[in-house]
Amino acid sequence: MIPVLGQVFTAPSIDWWALAPQLILLGAALLILVVSALLAERCPAWFSGVVALVAGAGVFVSGFYLWYDIRDSGPRSIVSGALSLDGFAVLFTLLVAVAVVMTVLVADAYLEREHMDSPEFHALLLLAATGAIVMASASDLIVLFLGLESLSIGLYVMAAMQFRREEAQEAAMKYFILGAFSSAFFLYGIAMVYGSTGSTGLAHARDYLNRLDTAIVDQPWMLMLGFALLLVGLAFKVAAVPFHFWAPDVYQGSPAPVSGFMASAAKAAGFAAMLRIFFVAFGQSRTDWSPVLGVLAVVTLVVGVVMAIIQTDLKRMIAFSSIAHAGYILVGVQAGTSEGTAAALFYLFSYSLMVLGTFAVISLVQWQDGQPLDRFEGLADRRPLIGFALTVFLLGQAGVPLTSGFIAKFLVIKAAVDERTWWLAIAAMVISAAGAYIYLRVIFAIWRRPGAVDEEGGEPVAAPVVPPASGFAILGAMAFTLVVGFVPQFLIEFARDAVPVLLG
Amino acid sequence: MLDLIWLVPALPLAGFLILVAAGARLGEPRAGWVATAFTSASFVVTALVWISLLGRDAENRVFEKVLFDWLPAGNLRVEAGFLVDPLAITMALFVTFVSSLIHLYSVGYMHGDPKFSKFFVYLNLFVFSMLMLVLGNNLVLTFLGWEGVGACSYLLISFWHTRESAARAGKKAFITNRVGDWGFMLATFLIFTTLGTVTYTDIGALAPNLAGGTATAVSLLLLVAAAGKSAQLPLYVWLPDAMEGPTPVSALIHAATMVTAGVYLLSRMSPVLVHSDVSLRIIAVVGTATALFAALAATAQHDIKKVLAYSTVSQLGYMFLAVGSGAYVAALFHMITHAFFKALLFLGAGSVIHAMNDEQDMRYMGALRKVMPITGATFIVGWLAIAGVPPFAGFWSKDDILLAAWEMDGGGGLGKVLWAVGLFTALLTAYYMSRQVFMVFYGEAHWNEARPAPATDNDEVDLAEFEGPPETVTVEAHSEVHPHESPWTMWVPLVVLATGAALGGLLNLPVIGDWLFLERFLEPVFAGTMHHITAGTGTKLLLAAIATTGALIGIWFAAQVWLWRRVDGRKLEPRLLEDAFEVDAAYARFFGGPGRATAQLAADTDRVVVDGAVNGVAQGTRRLGFLLQPAQSGLVRQYAIGIAVGALGLATWLLIGAVA
Repeated sequence: MIPVLGQVFTAPSIDWWALAPQLILLGAALLILVVSALLAERCPAWFSGVVALVAGAGVFVSGFYLWYDIRDSGPRSIVSGALSLDGFAVLFTLLVAVAVVMTVLVADAYLEREHMDSPEFHALLLLAATGAIVMASASDLIVLFLGLESLSIGLYVMAAMQFRREEAQEAAMKYFILGAFSSAFFLYGIAMVYGSTGSTGLAHARDYLNRLDTAIVDQPWMLMLGFALLLVGLAFKVAAVPFHFWAPDVYQGSPAPVSGFMASAAKAAGFAAMLRIFFVAFGQSRTDWSPVLGVLAVVTLVVGVVMAIIQTDLKRMIAFSSIAHAGYILVGVQAGTSEGTAAALFYLFSYSLMVLGTFAVISLVQWQDGQPLDRFEGLADRRPLIGFALTVFLLGQAGVPLTSGFIAKFLVIKAAVDERTWWLAIAAMVISAAGAYIYLRVIFAIWRRPGAVDEEGGEPVAAPVVPPASGFAILGAMAFTLVVGFVPQFLIEFARDAVPVLLG
Repeated sequence: MLDLIWLVPALPLAGFLILVAAGARLGEPRAGWVATAFTSASFVVTALVWISLLGRDAENRVFEKVLFDWLPAGNLRVEAGFLVDPLAITMALFVTFVSSLIHLYSVGYMHGDPKFSKFFVYLNLFVFSMLMLVLGNNLVLTFLGWEGVGACSYLLISFWHTRESAARAGKKAFITNRVGDWGFMLATFLIFTTLGTVTYTDIGALAPNLAGGTATAVSLLLLVAAAGKSAQLPLYVWLPDAMEGPTPVSALIHAATMVTAGVYLLSRMSPVLVHSDVSLRIIAVVGTATALFAALAATAQHDIKKVLAYSTVSQLGYMFLAVGSGAYVAALFHMITHAFFKALLFLGAGSVIHAMNDEQDMRYMGALRKVMPITGATFIVGWLAIAGVPPFAGFWSKDDILLAAWEMDGGGGLGKVLWAVGLFTALLTAYYMSRQVFMVFYGEAHWNEARPAPATDNDEVDLAEFEGPPETVTVEAHSEVHPHESPWTMWVPLVVLATGAALGGLLNLPVIGDWLFLERFLEPVFAGTMHHITAGTGTKLLLAAIATTGALIGIWFAAQVWLWRRVDGRKLEPRLLEDAFEVDAAYARFFGGPGRATAQLAADTDRVVVDGAVNGVAQGTRRLGFLLQPAQSGLVRQYAIGIAVGALGLATWLLIGAVA
């Protein structure tokens, strides 16, 4: 016991096992930094990649261990209420682990080709992943903010890592400034919540709302303002309209593997925080925030799809499509029911694999002028398996049956229908139909036979070298997309079991 | 062992996927071997499942394996599951068996084709779909397979799509089959709304609750579906044209397997059919009429494959007659023997066509028996089987069907009439098949005779202009023909199928008291829906003797005309028969006239209203995109304004909500 400012501070008892995922990631990051700094030139090139890969796999395994632990002894609150150990946190831990492994595999050849420093890249990736897991398991707003910042700062630097390219610099700068801007909103939102409830703990906020119902407390306006500001910060992270402007520029400018990580793990972490705050802590006032999220969903869907349609650069197109997918996930979130939350989780998991796979294919090729769509013509002809995999990812994102994307869309729309928000369900379906055009355009392009030789550079059209690691990652993501499309039950049940509970 | 059932369709699917990914790289002949290997493996697994099914008691030979809930939507539950019962496993056995042989044959037949590997891609996809059709445990899964085989059939008919006629035939098959699919879908909807399930076992249990009218409606809709797929009157028109596809396709899809899907569907739904005597009678009449009609048309065809195509339509008619008489086992028995001998005949015809440098007109063949001994001998086995000469397979199965028709308790002696027509059709069958055998394998060689110039386009030119003697302008395309025996990959399947065609009757031999293996095996499936033969041995023997006599008369008459040339054959072949009673032309005229006008109207409406709306939406979307684009200016300050405005909007809304 240490007296602090006259109060007695009791060091919390810490369940170290429950922190295994974060500790593995942190430890691996530190190991990479220390070893590569000490050995400098003598550090073998493969070292950091292998450590990161092992760390990712370790997190995955520990995630499974925790999953069964929770199943046996129930969810619990750890580090004296700062973090929750529940199925929800574990689902995101597994998702982040998958994203880390995929990113490391895809980045392997990419880093070498683009002459980028791999120890820094891997260390930052692991730190960002730690932040993402903290965000998903935080049950205190301050802890959540710490996770958010760890994730964001890692990503700012990773976006800029291709420092020979001007676009990368510009993207990182924009991301940083806007990220800081929205973080300020988020932080101010925490202050408002603290001001009205007297605590930053989510459990306190819920209790406060319960009392609100029985009219013991009045003046909810400060809390509502807090809601709004928290939502701004998270909507920025998941790239919902109108907080999305950074996403296309940043996704396009960043190295493709990093874009994949942003669209999967970072987006998932944002939604994890959103679900925990709104569904769990503020579930009482669902009627207040649900229509707001619904409108946000529709605007996001419309802008994402419409803007994606007019793009000519594949990376930018996928960036806008990623915005549209945030809209679908919001459709699940706004339902505010267990079913809706499970649908959103299912969607996040399946979408993450598809978008990681898509960016993995994109990362195989890099031209001076970006990734214009017509450069991908004939890809399927030259690399049939890669072409097929990309087709699967795109069909999945379009929501075609027998892919995981179909089930995901079906579930979120069903959640909206169950809550009788017909307008939202209908809008999502109509936009989904229009959105299919985006992906079909790309599919037609890659299966079209190429027009022999590019007229300007005389550069032969897409026949990229496929490094084994990337190929492995791409095929894995494809298999997942198809298997979940055929046999969705296991993932549906996984998502249902992971619906969060609030621990006091 | 039964749990392995999922492997049966999974193996051809794996073959399909491998060939899609790497078919072009594997190339000829390896792609063909891969496809053959996967199909044969599927056959082996089916056989294993069958053996373990036999190990159970006769009453317990039903096994359902549900893989997962496929479409859980409200109270409609569609499982992805397999129903393994004697009916399904019998179908799966002969489908995989015949498929394996035809895959093997195709390795030789498609030799040198530029799309060699693509052919096997489609073929494996077909086998997968067909197995889903027969193994699915509910109507929706069967429909999935039904559509799958339809799509493969379409792709394979127009496989050589650069040939105008092939492309047209593909389209025709596709459109005609649509009509049948419509029947299938309506039947499924009706079943679901009345019984609340689409699973076969549940349908079987609940069917007694069906009102008579509903049962009739469902049965007739199923008949529409079956008539489309199995080429019955009046939807048969696509099958003769389907011969444009490569010959292995004709043998596999358009003779042995896919076209029997209609018979399978009706047998599977027998619990519903049994509640509607009216529709059973209609099915029997449609089948008999088709059998007679197609047999008449077959007597006057010159194209070696067209004869077999009409013959297939006719034999399928027999199977419908059997279903309509409640003799499901007889229908399946005939389906199996027919699969053997018709696949054999088609493959033999393919072998002949191959040897004759793609000549299909029987008038320019003859005496091929000497140069193609194996093809000739096996073809003759097939001929005797289909003609109904004992003890070959066709005799036994056809006899079963005719016996069932004889006993059918239709009002006003309907059964006897159908029996008589069926008997006459059997005579015709013996005649046209003998005609074919004599024209192709006996007599003198006409291989290098001059061909008349082809009429440029039959649809456009008035037939009256061609009254005069046929012009004898030699067509250059046919250089000297030197027929030869085909490679082993082609004749091995012929020999195996010939064995089946010769001995297939053993499956259900009535002579040895207790044998009747097939009937005993299938009986539990059709318990309560099947008609049991009551006739005594005397009647049975008499009917069999009459049928045999009919077959022999047919053969004798054909020999008079085509072997010994005592009668001028051309007089027996009026134009009307050659053109199959002008049904095709009538359809063409109708669809060319009022039909086309209607279609044009629909197309115009579609273009102006529907496309207009769609294009409008598309254009509007793009325009909106360009309208929004300036916001994505790349300027950080503008982006920040976006965030600020959004924040203001959210805060205002939530605050108003809080205050109000």
